[in-house]
Amino acid sequence: MNILGVPILTALIALPIVGGLVVALLPKSAEGQARHVAFLVALAEFALSLPLWFRYQPAGAPFQFVEKVPWIEGLGASWHLGLDGVSMVLVLLTTALTAISVLGSYSAIQTRVRPYYMMLLLLEGAMIGTFLALDVLVFYVFWEAMLVPMYLLIGVWGGQDRIRAAVKFFLYTMVGSVLMLVAILWLYFLYHAQNGVYTTDLLELYRTNVPLGAQTWMFAAFALAFAIKVPMWPFHTWLPLAHVEAPTAGSVILAAVLLKMGCYGFLRFAMPLFPNASLALAPVICFLAVVGIIYGALVAMVQPDLKKLVAYSSVSHLGFCMLGMFAFNHPGWAGSILQMLNHGVSTGALFLLVGVVYERRHTRLISEFGGLWKVIPVFSVVFLVVMLSSIALPGTNGFVGEFLVLLGAFRTQQVWAVLAATGVILSAAYMLWMFQRVVFGPVTNSENATLKDLTRREVLVFAPLLVLIFWMGLFPNPILSRLAPTIDRQLAQIETRRMHLREVEARTRMSQAGVEPCCPEHGAAMVKK
Amino acid sequence: MNPNDFSYGPSDFLAMLPVWALTAAGCLLMLINMTPRKPGSSVSAVVSLVALAVAGWGAWTQRGVVRSYFRDMYVVDPFSTFFALLFVGIAIVSVLLSWDYLKRTALNQGEFYALLCLSTLGMIFMAAANDLMMIFLGLELMSIALYVMAGFRKNRFESNEAALKYFLLGAFATGFLLYGMALVYGTTGTTNLTAIGNYLLASPVLKTPLLAIGALLLFVGFAFKVSLVPFHMWTPDAYEGAPTTATAFMSAGAKAAGFAGLLRVAMAALPGVTPDWQELLTWLAILTMTVGNVTAILQSNLKRMLAYSSIAHAGYVLLGVVAGGAAGSSAVLYYLAVYSVMNLGAFGIVSLLGRGTDERVRVQELAGIGFTRPWIAVAFAVFMLGLAGIPPTAGFLGKFYLFRAALSEGHVMLVIAAVLNSVIAVYYYLRPIVVMYMTQPDAEILEVSPALPATIALAALVIATFWLGVLPAPLATASLESVLAVFP
Repeated sequence: MNILGVPILTALIALPIVGGLVVALLPKSAEGQARHVAFLVALAEFALSLPLWFRYQPAGAPFQFVEKVPWIEGLGASWHLGLDGVSMVLVLLTTALTAISVLGSYSAIQTRVRPYYMMLLLLEGAMIGTFLALDVLVFYVFWEAMLVPMYLLIGVWGGQDRIRAAVKFFLYTMVGSVLMLVAILWLYFLYHAQNGVYTTDLLELYRTNVPLGAQTWMFAAFALAFAIKVPMWPFHTWLPLAHVEAPTAGSVILAAVLLKMGCYGFLRFAMPLFPNASLALAPVICFLAVVGIIYGALVAMVQPDLKKLVAYSSVSHLGFCMLGMFAFNHPGWAGSILQMLNHGVSTGALFLLVGVVYERRHTRLISEFGGLWKVIPVFSVVFLVVMLSSIALPGTNGFVGEFLVLLGAFRTQQVWAVLAATGVILSAAYMLWMFQRVVFGPVTNSENATLKDLTRREVLVFAPLLVLIFWMGLFPNPILSRLAPTIDRQLAQIETRRMHLREVEARTRMSQAGVEPCCPEHGAAMVKK
Repeated sequence: MNPNDFSYGPSDFLAMLPVWALTAAGCLLMLINMTPRKPGSSVSAVVSLVALAVAGWGAWTQRGVVRSYFRDMYVVDPFSTFFALLFVGIAIVSVLLSWDYLKRTALNQGEFYALLCLSTLGMIFMAAANDLMMIFLGLELMSIALYVMAGFRKNRFESNEAALKYFLLGAFATGFLLYGMALVYGTTGTTNLTAIGNYLLASPVLKTPLLAIGALLLFVGFAFKVSLVPFHMWTPDAYEGAPTTATAFMSAGAKAAGFAGLLRVAMAALPGVTPDWQELLTWLAILTMTVGNVTAILQSNLKRMLAYSSIAHAGYVLLGVVAGGAAGSSAVLYYLAVYSVMNLGAFGIVSLLGRGTDERVRVQELAGIGFTRPWIAVAFAVFMLGLAGIPPTAGFLGKFYLFRAALSEGHVMLVIAAVLNSVIAVYYYLRPIVVMYMTQPDAEILEVSPALPATIALAALVIATFWLGVLPAPLATASLESVLAVFP
């Protein structure tokens, strides 16, 4: 479906990519104007994505605005894009936060301005492509292509240790993805063996009868790729490094969108494709998620560096997303997806705030600050609100997500839910303690006495985020109601597929035990079913 | 066909046009070289470009044709046409890259281009030969020209070393090849590939040790040309010592020609023998990829790094050979084409570094050119990411086709080894990018010598890298048809 005759999803992918190239090709004399052009492109992109929110019909088809054009016919690959409730909110998160990051980088980036904004916009195009792809090959192309601009953002505009951070980020993600590629090909041949055609179309591949033994391996390969991206403990070590070294906008995009790719991958690929293995391995995932929640919180508590603290808090928050997802029920999923959005907004805002003080003081050490409340009150108020939303105070967005996650998890994974709940307390502890040391008390460092408060541009950066924090905290229903049908459908699909695959497996076992050697007919019959 | 029929019509001449054109160009260039000319003259380059264009046109008109010439020794079929076009393309790009490079490094143009044309001719022969003797002839024609090209910088120590090493080891490998041919001839009584194939199908001697040894020795000969481990020792030295554009030419052309000959022999003459090799080839592929990639990490010289990377790529291509069949062989053809594009590009950029006879080939020397020479840096980054197999470049889809072919035949461990190897490879392909964009130069910024012909060639290669990565269908179809028409 298109809007006004425009294939809107392709346009959403193409606009930032073309815009990025335009920014890069601006003449050198327009270096100063490049940021405005980039902001206009990002704003146009956001405007283009808004109709998705209004035109999306929750009760309508599972995937809407679908575009499908043959791409590589020999492989059975097609340019298949589509949007359901989950990808819709994530696309909006991407377009909104990219625009905010572009605006937020105005003063931080003074050198190599044009390539910087080009990378940011190329990254946006690739991220949106990843969320919209309904063809595994298209997904994989965007998934990997995304690495390059992020790698350059960290490596060129990052801090002291940026090269190690960038290379580690690239290699970690790559290891996971190439094994996923092998699993994708395995699935592809399995589908061909059962249906006689080659296709990389995800909606077709959903119908592959993957034997339970193979499911475990394939799930493991997919899960590794996504777990590295999320990142789940113990695959998280690249994240603090990348966050600390990345420029502010890089950290914002990394936290707000890139990490969500991992969660989204589980929702869209790993769980529906391999339902039996997902359920069987849910305890493992929940264990890792809970370890991540508690470990991330404890490590965050002792960080001397503001950015590192926020980075480890991400590990903790993403643990909640994973826990909710692997609760396999509606509140768990709704909470998980909401938590993804919350984390995007709150942690994105936190990184921006850290960027604001870093630009002024060129340090991020907590011990360097203190008493900011009196010097820069506007900043401190924004910081307070964002910090409270990050520790999930009722009335802010964080509360709804975490509450739903724990509610869902408590039904199916009680022990883990109880343990995870301690993470809520720990997160309050590290955030409040940090806030106290940075904002309250007397001004201990004389350099802080002359700090300038938020500029008008910076207020413009934070205003939409504050609105989102309260809107999502007080009126989460517009989002939840758009998500609900998708979640119900996905969960039901996973459950029916799971029962079906168990049946298929049982039948295969029986026939193997009964009629040896295997006769050709029942193999064919099994495939038909 | 009447074996005594030596009469030809005009269409035969047209079919053989690439051969005539390149032979004539080789001779003409030698003659032109005798006449006194200004050192800045571009006559030789223009002559070789015209000859290559004619050869390319001649090959293009033969699309879809299946015919054999000279008593079934030389065949024109989609397989040979595919490779003829690939070789001509490689040669044209190499001429464009050499255009200014030879002038600035003060090398003899006439001889260089003559050798380049003759070597291309040898490659075309290798892909079109339907007879062991013709393959041998083609291989020697290609190799001897390449030995000379490797040693072309006469007054440089490393160039002499390169030529001597390449020649000695190459002669040794040719010995293996010839001995293998003799044994195969001894078992089957013919040197014609089709006849060998038919004979083996009908004959009980299929598995005699003599034939097996002969086939193995043939394989060793080809393995040397495409530099599979453990026959790769010459590669880094030859690549490093040869003039950079000659390296570009041989790294793309000789490898493609070696695989063309290997595929032709394996599929036309020895289809019953190759399945026995799978175990061996699997291990060779794993060994080649791993040794190539791990050693490449340790290199600080760009040319040596790319040499080891080209060894690793031979290992990837072997995946398609192991898989066999139409899917595997067409993946080989596709990969060779995209590999040639990206590798020519990478070496092409290296050939621009430095001023005059002063060449800069250390990775560290790239420091800072990311922002002082944005276009060169972007092109180099694209080629590096392409060789690393990052989408949306052609390198990704090339690997995808290879992995797909190997997995469809059930070589799971081999594919896992290959994907993990491509992660190792990412590490060293990223290094030039790190140096170009993320580090400051120690002393002075690297000087480069951009030139119009090379720029045209490199721009075309960058476009091709993306084009084949986004719209691979035409080339993929062409490579599949080339294989199907010959080996149904």
